[in-house]
Amino acid sequence: MGKLSNIARRTFLIGSAAVTGGVAFGTYCYLKPPVNPLAPMPDEITLNPYVIINKDKIIIITPRAEMGQGIHTTLAALVAEELDVPIDMITTEHGPASNTYCNMRVLSMGLPFSDYKPSLIRDFTQRTMAVSAKFVGMQLTGGSTSTIDSFERMRSAGAAAREILLKSASYRLEADIRTLVTKDGYVIAKNGQRIKYQELAYDAAKTHSSLWPTLKPRAKWKYLGKSLPRIDMLSKINGTAKFGIDITKSDMLYATVRMNPKLGGKMLSFDATKALQKSGVKKIVDLGNGIGVIATSTWRAFKASKEIHIEWEKAPYPPTTMAIFTKLSEAFDYNANSSLRSDGDTKASLHAAEDILEAEYRTPFLAHLCMEPMNATVLLSRDRLDIWSGNQAPTVVRDKAASITGLNATRVFVHTPYMGGGFGRRIETDFIDQAVQLAMAIPGKPIKLTWTREEDTTHDYYRTAAIARMKGVVDVDRPSVFKADIAAVSVLRQQSQRTLGLTIPGPDKLLVEGAFNQPYDIKNYKVNGYVSHLSVPVGSWRSVGNSYNAFFHECFLDELAHARDLDPIQMRLDLMKGIDKPSRQVVEKVADMANWSGRKNGDKARGIAFCYSYGSPTAQIIEVSQSEFGIKIDKVWCATDVGIALDRRNIDAQIMSGVIFGLSAAIHNEITFYDGEVQQSNFNNYKTIGLAQAPEVETLILENKLEMGGVGETGTPPSMPALANAIFALTGNRIRTLPLKHYFDFA
Amino acid sequence: MIISINGKIHNISVESDTPLLWVLRDELKLSGTKYGCGIGTCGACMVLVNYEPVRSCTISIKDVQGEVTTIEGLAEKGKLSPVQQAWVDHQVAQCGYCQPGQIIAATALINRNPNPTDEDINESITNICRCGTYQRIRQAIRSIYKNQT
Repeated sequence: MGKLSNIARRTFLIGSAAVTGGVAFGTYCYLKPPVNPLAPMPDEITLNPYVIINKDKIIIITPRAEMGQGIHTTLAALVAEELDVPIDMITTEHGPASNTYCNMRVLSMGLPFSDYKPSLIRDFTQRTMAVSAKFVGMQLTGGSTSTIDSFERMRSAGAAAREILLKSASYRLEADIRTLVTKDGYVIAKNGQRIKYQELAYDAAKTHSSLWPTLKPRAKWKYLGKSLPRIDMLSKINGTAKFGIDITKSDMLYATVRMNPKLGGKMLSFDATKALQKSGVKKIVDLGNGIGVIATSTWRAFKASKEIHIEWEKAPYPPTTMAIFTKLSEAFDYNANSSLRSDGDTKASLHAAEDILEAEYRTPFLAHLCMEPMNATVLLSRDRLDIWSGNQAPTVVRDKAASITGLNATRVFVHTPYMGGGFGRRIETDFIDQAVQLAMAIPGKPIKLTWTREEDTTHDYYRTAAIARMKGVVDVDRPSVFKADIAAVSVLRQQSQRTLGLTIPGPDKLLVEGAFNQPYDIKNYKVNGYVSHLSVPVGSWRSVGNSYNAFFHECFLDELAHARDLDPIQMRLDLMKGIDKPSRQVVEKVADMANWSGRKNGDKARGIAFCYSYGSPTAQIIEVSQSEFGIKIDKVWCATDVGIALDRRNIDAQIMSGVIFGLSAAIHNEITFYDGEVQQSNFNNYKTIGLAQAPEVETLILENKLEMGGVGETGTPPSMPALANAIFALTGNRIRTLPLKHYFDFA
Repeated sequence: MIISINGKIHNISVESDTPLLWVLRDELKLSGTKYGCGIGTCGACMVLVNYEPVRSCTISIKDVQGEVTTIEGLAEKGKLSPVQQAWVDHQVAQCGYCQPGQIIAATALINRNPNPTDEDINESITNICRCGTYQRIRQAIRSIYKNQT
């Protein structure tokens, strides 16, 4: 190891120049190789943007938000597999904000194509989008894309690093590279001589790998495809895991904010006289639409913030829930923004039909309530800005902070710790922008901004409320007409405006996803999306449009089945025939798992729902029964097809998580407004499912699809309609408005 | 104010109405105990006071009487407690933010009832987990008795 420390200083000096050699790999070599953003510490050598070697260990950069989905473990395994090092020999770091780590997949999620329909146009547009994604360079965790986006890139990074380590060993040993093998972090020569990767790293960093390093076939995988212990597990069990809220810096001050609860309104005036007299209060900062309180502890900041009298401007949307829904329904009066499904002639067939089923469905605004309230720690020094904050979009955080401070983006350093939940909330940077403003008020001092839970609940970017007007006709054994008109606020438009500063024109796919892109063969099938211009702030909420559209689509399909006394499973299988085999298989399998024999199972009743989202067809059956304390959810069966399953135990955890998240929303959750303010404030009035109410979830993970699908969000969409359908089977009550707590007690 | 945490005596000078949670986090930098709701509902801030589970966000430092055990104090000489080990064995944590509180709640349960039924678990574990890890929490708790007998 002596050699490594000798070269350490030089390594540091040559910095990125020495390390670009190994990075011209992967599918995007037709563009120029990505810049290596890693600034190695003394004693470290970076082989490429994903691999750092120091004298003790191998560090793998896992540049996606770890917000519970186990992504650091799976991403590390992609590199470790090809680098040929065991998982326990490596550590992971999130790494810096960099366009090098852009998510090339996520932009294409907005394209108006169905995942289940292969088409040349889809493939071409997705590829073009991936190229433009590189120029946009947005590093983003979302859309259940992390594993898919990294599958080739990070394996290539491991393979490229291994290749140059082998190359430098072959120079050193004067041996033909083809006679060398690797094992567990060593290069091994034919004569048994072993050289540790660490000893080869310096020379390796000066050589180049081939453009297309060969990847192992699946049959040779040692770590991928196995359930690995999570890298972050131990630290999350013994209390040492550092979340953003746990960041501590010497000389740090603590802050909180009170922003206008009439969302989007400004602050008219404030009086902080009393607050300034409180012990430990250092400064009150005018943020334009609210105030920041900087103090010597979080508690002191919280207390002082309540002592400030503030006059707020009115909200730019109607003041009550009812008025908001009225405004939302006005979207139907204008032209549709999209008609992404338009099969047959719905208009004519409805005109000719005698027996039309009509229904209106409604879903509320929803909040995220990540367990860890929003927070950010920021230090503005003379020529740099450091940000420590759990976030799903580091390059957006960086660019926003640069524009707020006037610093060059290269002087903004984003450090991304573990996140106590994300669910889409941490794509937004509002709380980080505020912390940057607070840090500018006291330069040279690290400021940790922590939101109260009340601030968090009342200043979210909510899951949009939505209304669906459904019409359908059933022939003898299958629906012949299915029409959905769906109105919602456009998450895509609001979010792209906030994060990228541009409005994406054209049809908003996210608004109708989960409704227009389902693998059913219905002769007259139409899905129209209507964009409401309500200015209630909305954002990504686990599964986005699928979270309400699956409820509309799958409940109404259940209504159509019931109208002709059709079995809802058999009807779906019939509708999927000839369309998409993997989708049929998940429906068949979930029926097998639950031993399906119909909507009733003795005293118990069952509902089925399906949703093809994020590339993974997913079907669920939920069983419920009546108990003396109310309706009890007894069991959830879920079959999903992920194409390639890299870690089954972790996928199982994600599906379970998605289901419970959805059931919490279906039973309990709604955000309502009065006087322009959100009425819910904390876990006491925005209840979630607890352990006693959580049903057992049994999962089945299939690999019939050719392409890999996502898992982080796919459990959520079918859970809500499956529950509502089960409750219909149990009670005969068809509930078309969530949450269900308004209609039933739950045990 | 004198307070004993994880077997160590601390002398703390803060306003007497400061919740134990913020003393642990901001004064003592014991950040394993989490802020989640501030109103005693979610359980992320749970600690043991004399082996009883207490939501540290709603108890003022002046009212704390007895030995406080936080998540950092459960392992002995680097060896995980049986509850912590069960959590690792069942790979319970996802985002992990609520888990210190969940583990404290489970520790209190196991201390008074080494072989709890599902009903006992339902009654004792009322901490909120937004990742929905409840099934594995239940499995982990149920495994502890088996592992020790």
